[in-house]
Amino acid sequence: MYKYIIRRILVFIPMLFILTIMVFGLAQLAPGDALTGQSLADPNVDPEVYEQQREALGLNDPIPVQYGRWISSVAQGDLGNSLVFNGRSVAELIESRFANTLYLGFFSLCITILVSIPIGIYSAKRPYSLLDYGATGFGFLGLAIPNFFFGLIAIYILSIKLGWFPAQGTMSAPGVTGFEAFIDRIHHMILPGITLGLAGTATYMRYMRSEVLDVLGSDYIRTARAKGMSDSSVLYKHTLRNALIPIITLMGFEIGVLLGGAVITEQVFQYPGLGTLFLSSVTNRDYPVVMAIAMILGILILIGNLLADIFYSIIDPRIRYD
Amino acid sequence: MNKEPVLDVEQLKTYFYLDDDKVARAVDNISFSIYPGETVALVGESGSGKSITALSVMQLINKPGRIVEGNILIDGEEIIQLNPKQMTKIRGNEIAMIFQEPMTALNPVYTIGNQITEILRKHKKMSKIDARDKAINLLKTVGIPRAEEIMKEYPHQLSGGMRQRVMIAMAISCEPKLLIADEPTTALDVTIQAQILDLMAEMKEKYHMALLLITHDVGVVSEYADRVMVMYGGQIVEHAQTKELLRHTKHPYTKGLLESLPNMDEDADRLGTIKGTVPPAYNFPAGCRFSARCPFVMEKCKQSNPELEEIETDHFVRCYLYENEGEQE
Repeated sequence: MYKYIIRRILVFIPMLFILTIMVFGLAQLAPGDALTGQSLADPNVDPEVYEQQREALGLNDPIPVQYGRWISSVAQGDLGNSLVFNGRSVAELIESRFANTLYLGFFSLCITILVSIPIGIYSAKRPYSLLDYGATGFGFLGLAIPNFFFGLIAIYILSIKLGWFPAQGTMSAPGVTGFEAFIDRIHHMILPGITLGLAGTATYMRYMRSEVLDVLGSDYIRTARAKGMSDSSVLYKHTLRNALIPIITLMGFEIGVLLGGAVITEQVFQYPGLGTLFLSSVTNRDYPVVMAIAMILGILILIGNLLADIFYSIIDPRIRYD
Repeated sequence: MNKEPVLDVEQLKTYFYLDDDKVARAVDNISFSIYPGETVALVGESGSGKSITALSVMQLINKPGRIVEGNILIDGEEIIQLNPKQMTKIRGNEIAMIFQEPMTALNPVYTIGNQITEILRKHKKMSKIDARDKAINLLKTVGIPRAEEIMKEYPHQLSGGMRQRVMIAMAISCEPKLLIADEPTTALDVTIQAQILDLMAEMKEKYHMALLLITHDVGVVSEYADRVMVMYGGQIVEHAQTKELLRHTKHPYTKGLLESLPNMDEDADRLGTIKGTVPPAYNFPAGCRFSARCPFVMEKCKQSNPELEEIETDHFVRCYLYENEGEQE
């Protein structure tokens, strides 16, 4: 088991290397650089000046040289400086945003798990019941409605009309501390969290339902019943663990899906996370920031898959990596 | 036998209510009794209703199936009207069942030890330690070497034969009065089959159980069963002591089954077969259910279904060929 985890982490290294090439390559392929937008904006500045700037920033060097410079500083933990925000360091820009996005993603994942799995189990226990039909209907809606649209409707109804939840931001007053601040944060995360987790909740609900139904029809469940096990033991001991095996695998990918979805959801709720920073950096062609965020998202997805593999081996004894 | 039967099934009907309003009469008016210490074989082709009969006794019929009518008595106690919770006290405790597929019958994510001890803890209210000791003993009883280690292993680490031994250990753990074995050796290697059957016969003696052996292997029947019931189309068509049934086979279907066995003493080019297949349980012919495949079919057979008649002492047949024999004697 430990050997397996260490081996998986070693495999990370070449994957990270490929990731850096892809991130850098995509940034290079994108048209323009940080100075393009500004030279169009301000006709009074001599284009010659911009050219000098480019030369000074090393933007005219051959691409492999630029890559080598970038990768060696990234390897030393230096993500470089933003080209737009007066040269503030990328690390500084990302730091607080990263934490916000992680909170939101984690919160959303919790909502997804806490809602989808119990409803999925119940739907399978009572197929074709009212709740099952309701859940199916909700599932289709959840998958069909785009995130940003659901977010807008949620803001309009729940925050503007009813005033139950704040429409944007992470905190209401800066002065609060301790437990109150925590509650305030959660309060701010509820709408974006639900919006972000909507599609996932719908998907996992459907998966859970069909997995549980599948397992309930299997031979070993008949054996458990024939042994005289109670309904709750059959469902929660014998069925659940087997039904969760494929769900766990999907959850690993879900981390990537959540972070990708956060880009749009954060924008809708003006939530100061990585997503909003990513979008603004892309429009500003602030490539050091864009590359850093892309790298972070890539690493998180790799970690998500590793976690899924580890959980997988804990829950299913047939998969023990040794 | 004048003892009280362990299992008494009276006019049992288990129907499946399919879509498009079809009703599959999988078990249609079956009555039989099993006495303590007896091995009774239930024989028939796939789809004849053998397994559904067994699952009905266990009350493990899933939707859209339902026991429509009849009584099932375990040790004289009616179990049909028991609620699901009361039934869990009977299953595994008074009647146990072994299934056909040992490869899939054990839960893949729990250890063997966990799966055996849970039944002991449930029915015998044993402590964890007692249940563990008992489980190790049971594994040794069913001939599993390294029992202590096997306790910690998972089903996928064992062979099919070993898994079936584990199933037997689980089934006998609460010393049930009746053990139902639904084709327990069909999925196993031929070399293992005899071992498993011998083990079941041995356990039956040791724990004074009655055994309901479901099989389509007439060879198994002749070796292990005291009594045989032949099932066709959800009904019993012939029922007698094993020797009597094999020597004086009456029903054309039973004859067909026996003729389709290879016989070492005879020099035949081809094995006998029964033409056609079992009709689906929602579409039985109007008369005798075997009439479409029967070599001796008469006009009468197509009109109405014969009753199960006792034509000789303890030899019951459902066939018009023997209609008047019972009366003559």
